[in-house]
Amino acid sequence: MTAPPLTALIVEDDAPIRRFVRMALETERWNVVESATLRQGLIDAGTQKPDLVILDLGLPDGDGVDLLRDLRGWSTVPVIVLSARADEQDKIAALDAGADDYLTKPFSTGELLARVRANVRRAGTPSHHETRIFRFGDVEVDQEARVVRKGQVEVHLSPTEYRLLAFLVSNAGKVLTHRQILQHVWGPGYLDRDHYVRIHMSHLRQKLEADPAQPRYLLTETAVGYRLVEESTEPN
Amino acid sequence: MASDRPDPDRLLAEVQAEEAAQRRGHLRIYFGASAGVGKTFAMLAAARQLRDSGTAVVAGVVETHGRRETEALLDGIEVLPRRTVTVNGRSMNEFDLDAALARRPSLLLVDELAHTNLPGSRHSKRWQDVEELLAAGIDVYTTLNVQHLESLNDVVGGITGIRVWETVPDTFFDTADEVLVVDIPADELLARLAAGKVYVPEQIERAARNFFRKGNLMALRELALRRTADRIEDDVQAYRVKQAIEPVWKTEASLLCGVGPHPGGEGVIRNAARLASQLGVDWMAVYVETPRLQRLPAVAREGILRTLKLAQEMGARTAVLSGADPAVVLVDYARSHNCSKLVLGRTRTKPWLPFLPSLISRVGALAEDLDVVAVGQATTSQLAAPQSMIEDPDDASAKGRKRWRAYSWTALAVTTVALAATPLLPHLELANIVMMFLLVVVLVGVRLGRGPAVLASFLSVAVFDFFFVPPRFSFAVSDVQYVLTFAVMLAVALVIGNLTSGLRYQAKIASTREDRSRAVSEFARELSGLLETQQVIEVATRFIEAQFRGRATILVPDAQDRLDGTAVTRIEGADEGTARWVLDNAQPAGLGTDTLAGSRCLYLPLRAPMRNRGVLILKPQSRHVLLVPEQRRQLETFAYLTAISLERVHYVEVAQQALLRMESERLRNSLLSALSHDLRTPLASLVGIAESLSHSQPPLSAPQQESATQLATQAQRLASLVENLLEMARIETGETTLRRRWHVIEEVIGSAIKSARPALGNRPVEVSIARDTPLVEIDAVLIERVLYNLLENAGKYTPAGTQVRISAEPDGSSLRVAVNDRGPGVQKGQEDVIFEKFTRGVGRESSTPGVGLGLAIARAIVEAHGGRIFVASVPEGGASFVFTLPLGNPPAGPDEVEAESLPQATGGIAA
Repeated sequence: MTAPPLTALIVEDDAPIRRFVRMALETERWNVVESATLRQGLIDAGTQKPDLVILDLGLPDGDGVDLLRDLRGWSTVPVIVLSARADEQDKIAALDAGADDYLTKPFSTGELLARVRANVRRAGTPSHHETRIFRFGDVEVDQEARVVRKGQVEVHLSPTEYRLLAFLVSNAGKVLTHRQILQHVWGPGYLDRDHYVRIHMSHLRQKLEADPAQPRYLLTETAVGYRLVEESTEPN
Repeated sequence: MASDRPDPDRLLAEVQAEEAAQRRGHLRIYFGASAGVGKTFAMLAAARQLRDSGTAVVAGVVETHGRRETEALLDGIEVLPRRTVTVNGRSMNEFDLDAALARRPSLLLVDELAHTNLPGSRHSKRWQDVEELLAAGIDVYTTLNVQHLESLNDVVGGITGIRVWETVPDTFFDTADEVLVVDIPADELLARLAAGKVYVPEQIERAARNFFRKGNLMALRELALRRTADRIEDDVQAYRVKQAIEPVWKTEASLLCGVGPHPGGEGVIRNAARLASQLGVDWMAVYVETPRLQRLPAVAREGILRTLKLAQEMGARTAVLSGADPAVVLVDYARSHNCSKLVLGRTRTKPWLPFLPSLISRVGALAEDLDVVAVGQATTSQLAAPQSMIEDPDDASAKGRKRWRAYSWTALAVTTVALAATPLLPHLELANIVMMFLLVVVLVGVRLGRGPAVLASFLSVAVFDFFFVPPRFSFAVSDVQYVLTFAVMLAVALVIGNLTSGLRYQAKIASTREDRSRAVSEFARELSGLLETQQVIEVATRFIEAQFRGRATILVPDAQDRLDGTAVTRIEGADEGTARWVLDNAQPAGLGTDTLAGSRCLYLPLRAPMRNRGVLILKPQSRHVLLVPEQRRQLETFAYLTAISLERVHYVEVAQQALLRMESERLRNSLLSALSHDLRTPLASLVGIAESLSHSQPPLSAPQQESATQLATQAQRLASLVENLLEMARIETGETTLRRRWHVIEEVIGSAIKSARPALGNRPVEVSIARDTPLVEIDAVLIERVLYNLLENAGKYTPAGTQVRISAEPDGSSLRVAVNDRGPGVQKGQEDVIFEKFTRGVGRESSTPGVGLGLAIARAIVEAHGGRIFVASVPEGGASFVFTLPLGNPPAGPDEVEAESLPQATGGIAA
C-alpha cells in the first residue's frame, strides 16, 4: 500500500473496546482517532476529516443516532454503528438516519475489518454504479444496457426486480432498510408493505443465487433489511 | 355540493347495521296471502338445493299437514326431535329451541313464524325463538301468512270477518334479510282447495269455508303483494343511500298518535304505525291522563297501558302525559317534539251533548298548522290481558279497604257537622248552616278525593233536609223554596268537590313526577362518586328497592364471565339461568315482558355503551308497580345509570392496571437492557481482544497462538450463553411482544443457517421448501432464533460432517418446519423433557457445552406464535425437531404480474 494512511474515528465510551478496535484497524495501516463522548466525537468528526466513523449508539452524554443526524448534515463519510442492544428498531433507526452498516456486540475483529473494507471501497468509488459492469459471483449486471447475465446467460428480470437489484448494486456492501428500499423502488406510498420487498427478494434469489435458501450475495439482515455483497463471506 | 354527500351518521348507521348483520344469522321469510299457497313447499325446495350443495340444513319445525308432495321434499333432511310439553294433562309437541341452539346447523327451517308457543316455553311467541336463533348466528328460513302481520291484523279481520290472535310484529318482518312472496292466483288456490290439497282442520272447517272465498283471497293477495312492495321500497331506499345515487333525506318531523280510553285503541295504533312506515318517519304514542280518566276502572286503565305497550312493540316511543285538557296537552307535546302529524281515533259525539266539540275539532282549532288524521275506531274488542298483568287480588282488596275507610270518614264528618250545628240552630239562619255543610264538602274533597266529596254533597243535602229544614226530622219540605236551596246546595257542593279533588289529583301527579325526577338525579349523584363495583351494586340496590318497593339484586359477571350465584339467592324465586340468558341476549325477561312472563321477578340487562355489565333482578311487592310505562322507564333509567357506573368503574380499574403494568414493564425493560448492555460490553472487549491477540505482530508462538484461540472460543461461548440467558429472562417476564410481519420462510431459514454456520462447522445443510409455501406472519428475529437453536443443537450432538436437513411445507392450516439430523437421536422418553429449562440431552457431566436453554427458548417462541414444537420420530434414525406456525391470510402481493414462471422448488446442498 502506497496510498497515504486513512483516518478512522472511533466514538465509543468503553476503553477496552476502543483499544481492540484500534489494534485491529492499525494492523490494516489505519490512523485511528478515539473519542469517548458524543460531544468530543462531533468535534473530532469536524476537525480530523475521518475517512470512516465507528460509532457506538449508547454514549454517556446522548444517543449516537443524534450524532449521526448531525454528521449527515455535512458529510458522507461511511459510518459503521456498534450496538449492544439486540433491538432491531435501534439499528433501523440508525440506518435510516444515515448509517452505512452496523455490528452487534460482541463481534469478531474479522467481521469488523471485512465491513470496514467493503464500506471504504464503496465510498471510494462513488459513481461506479452508473458506468461499470457490476459483478458478484457469476452474475453480471450491465447497468448501461440494463441486462443481467448469470454465467453468460441472460436472465430475464421484471422491471421491479431490476429496479430492486439496481438499487442494491448502487449501494453494494451497505445495509439497506426495508423502508429505504420501499421508498426508492416503490415510492413513499408503500412504506408499510415490507412483504413486497421480501417477495421480490425471494424472486431475485431464485434467479441469481445458486442456492436461494442459502444465499451468498443477496444477504438478509433479519428484521432490518438487505445487503448485497460482492464477495461471498461464506467460508468455503 | 353538500347535498351530494351521504350523511356520515347515516353511513355509520349503515356500517353498524352491516356489522350486526354479519354476526347475525340470515332470515328469509316465505310470505303468502293465505294457507295453501305453497310456502312450506317452496321453503323445502330451496332448502333441498342448499343441502345438496353441502349446507348443513336441519328442519326445526315443518308442518306438512299430511301433504304428500311436501313430505317427499322433507325426505333426507335431518329433522330435530320436538320437545314434549304437558298442558292440562295432554302432552303436546313443541319446537325445541335449546336443541336447535345446541345442534347449530348452518340453516334451520322453522315453519309458521306466527305460532304461539305452549305455556312454559321460554318465549311466548315463535318469532322470538327465531330472533334468538338469528342472534346466535344461525340462518333461518320461515313461513308467514299476511293475516298474521301485526299492522294488517285488523284489516284482514275486517275483510274476512275472522280475527287471528297470533301475530308477528312488523318490526321483525321488516328486519328480515329476504322476503319471498309465494303467490298463486285465487282461482288456482280454490281449485287446490276443492281437490283437497289444502289442509283444513275439521273443527274450523265452516269458518274456513267463509275464509276461502274468492273475494277474500283476492283482497288478501293484494295485501300481501302491497306489503312486500312497501318493503322493497325500503330496500330500494336503503340501496340508494348506500350507493349515493340520489340523496333521499328523511324529514325530521315525526308522527304523534294519541291513545284514548275508547275501545279500539289498537286499531288507531296500527294505523299510525302503518302511516309512519309509509312516510318513513319516527312516531310516538302518548296517552293523556286527565282527572276524569284517572278515575276509570283499573281494567280500562290497564287496557290503555297495554295499547301503549303494543305501540312500543311496533316501534313507537311512548309516554303518559297528564293535564286537564287533552287537546292542549297533545298540541303542546306535538310542538315540543316536532311532530307535524297527529293521529287520533274518531270519537262519536255524545247525543246528549251535540254542541260539545270533539277532541279532533278542538285540536284543529288550537293548531291550524298541524295535520290531524282522524282514524275510524274499529269495533273489535280490547286486547286480552296476559295472565301476568291482571291485578293482584291482595292489591285490589287493600285498595277496597282504603276506599271504605274514606267513605266512613266522610259520613263521620257530615254527622259531626250536623251535631255541631244542632245547638246553633236557634241562633243561626239556615243559610249559614248550609255554609257549614259546604265547608265539609270542600274539606272532604281536599282530603279524601272525588268519590267521598260526592257522597258528602248528597249526605249534606239529606242531613240538612232531615234535621234542619222544617218540618224537622222528616224529608218533607214545607216551603217549596227549599227545593231550590237543595238544588243549589247540591250543585255547589258537587262543583266544589270536583274542583278540589281535581286540584288534589293534579298536585299528587306533580309531586309523583317530581319525586321521580328527584330520585333519578339523586341516584345519578350518588353513583357518580363511587369507585368500586361493590359500592355501585350496593347503592343501586338500595335505591331501586326503595323506589320500587321490592327486593332487588344486581349480578355482575366476573373476569371469567361467570355470574355470582349467591347474589341470586337474595331474592326468593329468582333464577340464575334466566339471569344468564338475559345477560347473553341483552333482552329483559320475566314479569311484564314477553320472555318467561310467568316469573314474579323482572330481569333487566344492564346495558352500557361497550357491553352488558350485568343483570338487575327486581321482585316488586306489587306487580302493578311495573305496569305504568313511566315507572318502567324509570326502572330502565336506573338500570342504565347503574350500567354506566359499572362501566366507568371498570375502566377506572383497567386504567389503573394498565398504568401499573406499564410501570413494571418499563422497569423490567430498563433492567434488562442495562443488564444486556453491561454484560455485552465487557464480552465484546474480551472477544475482540482475544482475536486481535492471535493476529498481533510479531506473530505469537504456537502455544501462545493456541491459548489466544482458546480464549476467543471460550469468550464466544460465554457470549452466546449470556445471550440465551437474557433471551430466556425476556420471555420469562411474559411480555415478549412479537413484531409480526409477513415473511418468506426461506429467507428466515437462510439467515439462521448463516448465523449458525460457526456452530455447524462442516456439516452440510440441505434445504427443501415446498413450492406452494405462502408467506407466514412471524417475528423473524425470534423464529430465526428458534432455527438457530435447533441448528446449534444439531451442531452439538451430531458427529462432524453429517448432514442436516431443513424442510418446510404447508400442512393444513399451519406451516410445518422440520430440522432433521443424522445424529444419535433423542432418547426414548426424553422427547418432552428436553424442552424444559436447564434440561440437556446428555448427562450432566458431559463435555458438550450449554446449560439447556436453547430448546426451552425455542418452545416459548413457537408457542407465543400459536404453534407447537415437538420431536418427531424418523424411520431412518437421527433426531427430527418439528415446529408449526399458523398460516393466516397473507396480504396481497405486489400487483406486478411476473411474466415468466419461477424456477422449480429450491433445494441444494452447501457446505
